[in-house]
Amino acid sequence: MAVTAQALGASAMDPTRTGGDDRALASLFKAYTVSATFWLVFGTAVGLLLAFKFGAPDFWAEKYLTFGRLRPIHTNDVFYGWASIALVGCAYYVTVRSCGTQLYSILLARIGLWLFNIAAIAGTIALDLGYNWGDLEYREWPWPIRLVFLAALVVTVWNLLATIARRESKDIYLSNWYIVGGFLWTCVICVVAILPWYQKGLGQVAISGYFMHNAVGMWFTPLALGLFYYAIPKVLNRPIYSYALGVLAFWTNLVFYPMLGGHHFLFSPLPWWLQTTAIICSVGMLVPVLGGGANYLLTMRGRYHGRIESYPLAFLFVGVICYVFGSMQGTVEALRSMQAIWHFSDFTVGHSHFTMYGFVTFAAWGGIYALLPLATGKRPGSLGMSVHFWLALTGVAIYVIALSIGGTVQGLDWVHDKPFIQSVIDMKPYYLWRGVGGILMFLSHLVFVWNVWRMTAGKSGDAPSPIMESEEAAA
Amino acid sequence: MKKAMWAIFGGALLLYVVIVMAIAVGPAIDLAQTPPGPGVKPLTPLQAEGRQVFASNGCDYCHTEQVRPLPEDKVFGRPSAPGDFAYVTPEMLGSERTGPDLTNVGNAKPSDVWQYIHLYDPRAVEPASIMPNFKFLFRVVDKVPAGDTAVPVPPAFAPKHGYVIPTQKAKALVAYLLSLKQAPIPGYRMNGGMGGPTSAAAPAASAPATSASAGGYVFDAAKGKSLFEANCSACHQSTGEGIPTAFPPLVGNPAVEADDPTLQIETILHGAHGKVISGKRYSGTMTAFASQLNDTDIANIANYERSSWGNHAKHVTPAEVAAERAKGN
Ligand code: HEC
Ligand code: HEC
Ligand code: HEM
Repeated sequence: MAVTAQALGASAMDPTRTGGDDRALASLFKAYTVSATFWLVFGTAVGLLLAFKFGAPDFWAEKYLTFGRLRPIHTNDVFYGWASIALVGCAYYVTVRSCGTQLYSILLARIGLWLFNIAAIAGTIALDLGYNWGDLEYREWPWPIRLVFLAALVVTVWNLLATIARRESKDIYLSNWYIVGGFLWTCVICVVAILPWYQKGLGQVAISGYFMHNAVGMWFTPLALGLFYYAIPKVLNRPIYSYALGVLAFWTNLVFYPMLGGHHFLFSPLPWWLQTTAIICSVGMLVPVLGGGANYLLTMRGRYHGRIESYPLAFLFVGVICYVFGSMQGTVEALRSMQAIWHFSDFTVGHSHFTMYGFVTFAAWGGIYALLPLATGKRPGSLGMSVHFWLALTGVAIYVIALSIGGTVQGLDWVHDKPFIQSVIDMKPYYLWRGVGGILMFLSHLVFVWNVWRMTAGKSGDAPSPIMESEEAAA
Repeated sequence: MKKAMWAIFGGALLLYVVIVMAIAVGPAIDLAQTPPGPGVKPLTPLQAEGRQVFASNGCDYCHTEQVRPLPEDKVFGRPSAPGDFAYVTPEMLGSERTGPDLTNVGNAKPSDVWQYIHLYDPRAVEPASIMPNFKFLFRVVDKVPAGDTAVPVPPAFAPKHGYVIPTQKAKALVAYLLSLKQAPIPGYRMNGGMGGPTSAAAPAASAPATSASAGGYVFDAAKGKSLFEANCSACHQSTGEGIPTAFPPLVGNPAVEADDPTLQIETILHGAHGKVISGKRYSGTMTAFASQLNDTDIANIANYERSSWGNHAKHVTPAEVAAERAKGN
């Protein structure tokens, strides 16, 4: 690459410097966060209802409330409504500030937000009416709706690129690599998932395997990592530990991640070489994951006590930890011997929430708590943040632990050739615990609503500035 | 430094496109041309409509349609082969088994009546089920319209008044479910079972557990009960009472009570449909178990039936089952 890590010394685009007051950017960031928060509450209310249905399958079993219609509504709304819109809102702030400039077009950004919301609303309605062509996970929305989502991506990345092009500094801060990369790759993903010609029979199976994992790995992951690279140094008031390590993680992530989609179809009739490549790349993923994780943790070195004092940092810290361990768990899951037990079991659902909740959702919260007050000048209350943090953390821990144990029991029942119904019976207590965790998680989201209110429209709270004192000052 | 910008982003985009072509689009183009395997047929219009009902209502989030080459998957059939998926668009492979794999459910649960009752209320045939009911695919009417048949839902689960009639959607869905049968591939072993979940007897049960010699043969009551629960109770119920008009009772059933076990063994081995049993006909279809249960299993089940719910009949030996099996269908 033309750009060496050396040339990208941390000084030029040091995220710790602050820009001027930017009202338009603040109101944009607010609008994205409020939209995202709505989808979080809606999407997880549906998730909670789903969890309840495992214990009460006849509850609300009518056509429009049947499990199989609500489940894709849950997954798509938390993906494309909550996590995407929240991370895009943060991305705007990060890009504009790290480039030390102003946004290229507020109008484009507003159009983008409308498109994201229209896609999510139309998608929800379509799925509830039964317009689900094939239960193809995370691309269940009818394709015209996915085109709207693609249009939202295109206007956003256009806006971001034009903003980066007018930056003051010579270099492009690492966060923007991840963010813009994420957008560009995801445009490719959307196109590949929509074009129909090669999506017949087994060909479609190959695309499904590719899509499922690239949607999470090349969209949410880079956006969340880009946010980490900005928010963690910002909160700690010190530069990132190693820029070079960040660059290495970027390129290795790009090479390994796309190839591991096949691991969703191990033992399927997909060609063995494709499955084996997926396994090898799942192991290769340890490089960017450990490299990235170490980088974030080393940036936090010596300031660990700060996690307790600063809730934004606490959220980001949980996000980093879940990124590292969730990804490593994914590597273990991809090994054939482990898949034999866990594949198809509820262990996978535990893994999904470990990563999409523990990593991506916590990262988004950390980003919002760290950056939104800087944009709007309003802070949440410390009590509100701590209640949100502990409810969400306890809830997701119960959720993931219950399904990890339960999924193992379920998988072993199958390995031991027990009658299938035995695995259903054995899962019952774990489904119950999942519900308990889910209730705590959902309550935490209501507290989050309150905190968002205080950071946007309501009265500013008593939390300290998200930016911690620098060590020099503290010492 | 516009150059750096395009180098990073252009490079990252280009590299990604190359990778995607190599690992997704390229293989997909190739795989989409996989020819159908022997005996693999496209769906009829009705079955295809049923597949759409299946997708619309998200059955696929709880049920897979792929059998892996792993011992634990043997109960669902032979390992899926590439040729099986030639006509499967949209693909329905699924990713989670909250419920059992359905690749072979047309063989495991061949009775449309069973399917209707199960869809109307899964708890009516499987008390521990957590599958949602699909009552919205049925109508309740006061008089059965000409050309329709009422679903014989067991009284405890039936509506207080009226008859349960499947809608067009339910009929299409069941047509699709019954079409799910693996085509046999010569040389590809069936691995001892085409059954669904309920045929997943413990492996220990397949090994001759009790002395199988005719003389000193004692049947294993516990094993008989667990095998019955796993394979038979979905239709005949744990109480042996069956479901009126759909599945006959085994309590006081002449074939079970007879000294000559031929009819009972024959039915278990080869299945049955449309016989007159104690003066009544039943709309359901009895599964054939010859390929999934061995002689000892069948003897254990038969004897369990012969000595439960007030039945007292002469016991059967594995040797008698073997003799009946040797006669063929
Ligand atoms: C919430 C998960 C869930 C959903 C959604 C679901 N099922 Fe099930 N299904 C189960 C479970 C659990 C079982 C095993 C217990 C039983 O037999 O009811 C099962 C069993 C079955 C069986 C019997 C399989 C066998 O071999 O015994 C069939 C057939 C079936 N389901 C069809 C469907 C259809 C058709 C739909 C959609 C209209 C559907 N299921 C939706 C969970 C689900
Ligand atoms: C899919 C539903 C189903 C399952 C599973 C099933 N049966 Fe049946 N069984 C039936 C039906 C329907 C009949 C009536 C057949 C007829 O009408 O000819 C029947 C009939 C019988 C009869 C009486 C035959 C006669 O002529 O009187 C016996 C005995 C029997 N079944 C035993 C079993 C045993 C043992 C199992 C388990 C290994 C079993 N059934 C599993 C549906 C089922
Ligand atoms: C209150 C909080 C939540 C609850 C109670 C909840 C509950 C559930 C339930 C019951 C399922 C269906 C599992 C199954 O079919 O067996 C599910 C699936 C899923 N949820 Fe959630 N969820 C919550 C929050 C979230 C969030 C915030 C995200 C992502 C940002 C998320 C991502 C997913 C994904 C990806 C799946 C599919 C899992 C898979 O197929 O492996 N969930 N959730």
